[in-house]
Amino acid sequence: MDFQTFLQQLVNGASLGSMYALIAIGYTMVYGVLRLINFAHGDLMMVGAFMTLIISELGLPFEASVLIAIIITALVGILTDKIAYKPLRDAPKISLLITAIGISFFLENLFTVVFGGIPRAFKAPEYLTKIFHLGEVYLPISVIIIPTVTLLVLAIVLWILYKTKYGMAIRALAFDINTVRLMGINADRIIMIVFIIGSSLAAIGGIFYAISYPSIDPLMGIIVGLKAFAAAVLGGIGSVGGAVIGGFILGFTEIFVVASFPELGGYKDAFAFFFLILVLLFKPTGIMGQDLERGRF
Amino acid sequence: MNTILDVKNVTMKFGGVTAIDNLSFSVEKGEVYGLIGPNGAGKTTIFNIITGVLYPTEGKVLFEGKDITGTKPNRVVSKGVARTFQNIRLFKSMSVLDNILIGFDSYANYSYLEAIFRLPRYFKREKEIRDKAYKLMEVFGIDIFADNRATDLSYGNQRKVEIARAVATNPRLLLLDEPAAGMNPNETAQLSNIIHKLKSEFDLTILLIEHDMKFVNAMCNKLTVLDYGEKIFEGKPADAIVDEKVISAYLGDFKHA
Amino acid sequence: MFDFKRFIRNIVLILATLAFIYYAQKSMDSYNLSILMNIGIFAILALSYNLINGVAGQFSLEPNGFVAIGAYFTAILIIPPETKLDMFALVDPAPIVASAHMSFLPAVLIGGFAAMLVAMLLALPVFRVRGDYLAIVTLGFGFIIRIFAINNPEYTNGAMGLNDIPEYANFIWIGTIALITFIVMIHIIYSKYGRSMKAVRDDEDAATAMGINTFKIKTLAFMTSAFFEGVGGGLLASMLTTITPDQFSFLLTFQLLIFIVLGGLGSMSGALFASILLGWGLEKLRILDENITLFGHDFGAHPGLRMVVFSIILLLMMLYARRGVFGDRELTDIIRDYKRKKLESKK
Repeated sequence: MDFQTFLQQLVNGASLGSMYALIAIGYTMVYGVLRLINFAHGDLMMVGAFMTLIISELGLPFEASVLIAIIITALVGILTDKIAYKPLRDAPKISLLITAIGISFFLENLFTVVFGGIPRAFKAPEYLTKIFHLGEVYLPISVIIIPTVTLLVLAIVLWILYKTKYGMAIRALAFDINTVRLMGINADRIIMIVFIIGSSLAAIGGIFYAISYPSIDPLMGIIVGLKAFAAAVLGGIGSVGGAVIGGFILGFTEIFVVASFPELGGYKDAFAFFFLILVLLFKPTGIMGQDLERGRF
Repeated sequence: MNTILDVKNVTMKFGGVTAIDNLSFSVEKGEVYGLIGPNGAGKTTIFNIITGVLYPTEGKVLFEGKDITGTKPNRVVSKGVARTFQNIRLFKSMSVLDNILIGFDSYANYSYLEAIFRLPRYFKREKEIRDKAYKLMEVFGIDIFADNRATDLSYGNQRKVEIARAVATNPRLLLLDEPAAGMNPNETAQLSNIIHKLKSEFDLTILLIEHDMKFVNAMCNKLTVLDYGEKIFEGKPADAIVDEKVISAYLGDFKHA
Repeated sequence: MFDFKRFIRNIVLILATLAFIYYAQKSMDSYNLSILMNIGIFAILALSYNLINGVAGQFSLEPNGFVAIGAYFTAILIIPPETKLDMFALVDPAPIVASAHMSFLPAVLIGGFAAMLVAMLLALPVFRVRGDYLAIVTLGFGFIIRIFAINNPEYTNGAMGLNDIPEYANFIWIGTIALITFIVMIHIIYSKYGRSMKAVRDDEDAATAMGINTFKIKTLAFMTSAFFEGVGGGLLASMLTTITPDQFSFLLTFQLLIFIVLGGLGSMSGALFASILLGWGLEKLRILDENITLFGHDFGAHPGLRMVVFSIILLLMMLYARRGVFGDRELTDIIRDYKRKKLESKK
């Protein structure tokens, strides 16, 4: 691999990693507060991407469509929690997990029924898809924009988590939901904020994904969601920083392994799974994770 | 007399917080030993260390002379230490009988395939553990509830089921975590009888955590008083109630409550 | 423990079931027989899925993956070698695939053992931590297995899949194996292993404190489920005579999840009941995917509508009828309790 190809792959990896990171944050935050693997989270990125496309097809400018799509996705996230998860807070955990998988399947198939199962072309404005060249490397401008926006968004999330009252409550909730209730914090409001943040980031991730691979379909969230979850576990479930690191590691690995060993290309979607297994085998708490599993007697 | 349990210089830290600070005590065979102290004194933490749920930051736990520090909780049971929980934890979907039968799990040593193919040893062992379970339930006076869901029972009876379940694992040392908590005086009296019976009929050594000083005084030969993870007293119950440190620790606690 | 009266009763029940299976195979028309065969396979899968999900309480999403393993192993082993040479269009079959050939029953069993082995390998990383990750690992596995099938055409004939699989699986095979599955599950439930699985489900920490090795118990339940799902997959392959990687999608798992939730998580009678009811009902629900005409207005065909209905059914059940029809108990327990309560009220 010469230097220019290396550079190109590096930027591609950063761009792919950004998307995984954005989606992984939602998984990790919801797991932190509810101890729930939110299976529907991957599908929220699909909702975000689809809504952007549908609204811009109605004639609205792309930027406005993005904004509205993010809001709609956040609303879907909140509604999921209110309708499906909240009534089951004190139920056995397996009920919650079954419900989550039900929501995921519902979203996938609802979108299939309404918009059809055939992949659709995603048209992004030209300034996002323009190709520029760096020496002899040709790159779409999106591979620069995506990681930049991701870092910006990440900074905002970290600011919320560490500098605001709500952020502190979110982190407290990750340790013990009952303590937080005792502290007089409205746990349900905190959980809602988590769903808003997580869903919005998933929507942004989905839109980025749609720009980079300009075709979307109702099932696009499954594999990406699985990978993002693996990234969250790799980084240490419950840790936002870990989710970002995990996302980037996974992004770079996929890009570089396929670039170096093209014969493994067919297994690209399987790397995340092996990461997941390896992490569970050797370091279940992930890179930055705390031990959230400790039995409480 | 010989020592059955030896807790040696155990320290337990959670993050920066020291829950147990260099604690040592030993329990002699056949004793009813009390571990008391105000809320948050670290009593349950000690149970969790003895039973292998937690690994102490420093120190050792010896059971019958052998080091069991950090042994997995299920292995600790097979070595002969059983426990109950502060907030009763029965298997809520199961009948009282099935809860007790879980305790006889290791006695019923038939294999998975013997169970699937219903080979003779399955029937033999299942009959044996059922007979044993009924005998045990009789001792506790809960045999009439055998087929009821365990969680449908009254609080006092649930407590009995939990203790019976622990006894079913055939321990030599039984750890009881606040057995009298939430019981009315009548139930507490029954509990005292049962504990005496356990000692005599099952040849058990008992280590119990209690909050209620009266109960402890009536039950225990010896006790250790903890406050903020430190031992502030060790000796006979009669001496404890006149000990200044103990009194002030308890008074402090009452003030909080 | 050994109850002679009950033993005789069970023998009679088993013989009656076998007689029905034989009768159905000999005298029913092919449409009804195919519904029965579907029900039989659904029953095998739902019963085994219920063991890990319902009885042991470890949420997993594996059936489609293990069914695929069983289906591929069985298919490769029962397709005659000369047929395979013609069929493998992309690349020549690997020598071991080309030459392997055996009769139906051992092939199906090997399919089951293969699935069981994979389950053991997955259990090791997953159950070392609490069971939380089982669902996502098994969900991922269901997708990975497809990637492997596509990328190893010398074993699987890639995306084209395998066809001309000998049609050995009639209702006698499927019905009998479903019956055996049910008996095995009941035997597990009413043994110390079943009790331990339930204990792990109810309170894992308390189960550990009773001396139960929860890792071992969860792995046992998972491997048992996998075995029967692999066997079910082998039967399915021979029943359908054609398999492709895309066939073993998550939809299969999702349907089974609805089955066991409806029947009552943890109840084998419930899983069996739901397989019969829904195995028949799913056939009827196919109209949802066809052209819909309401009040003379043609709404057109909506592929996916059936699954939207499935997911709404599942969500409503989870929210309002979580215990399903049978709760977590067997029919016989419910009858016994009913009798006991009646007796008590008489006193």
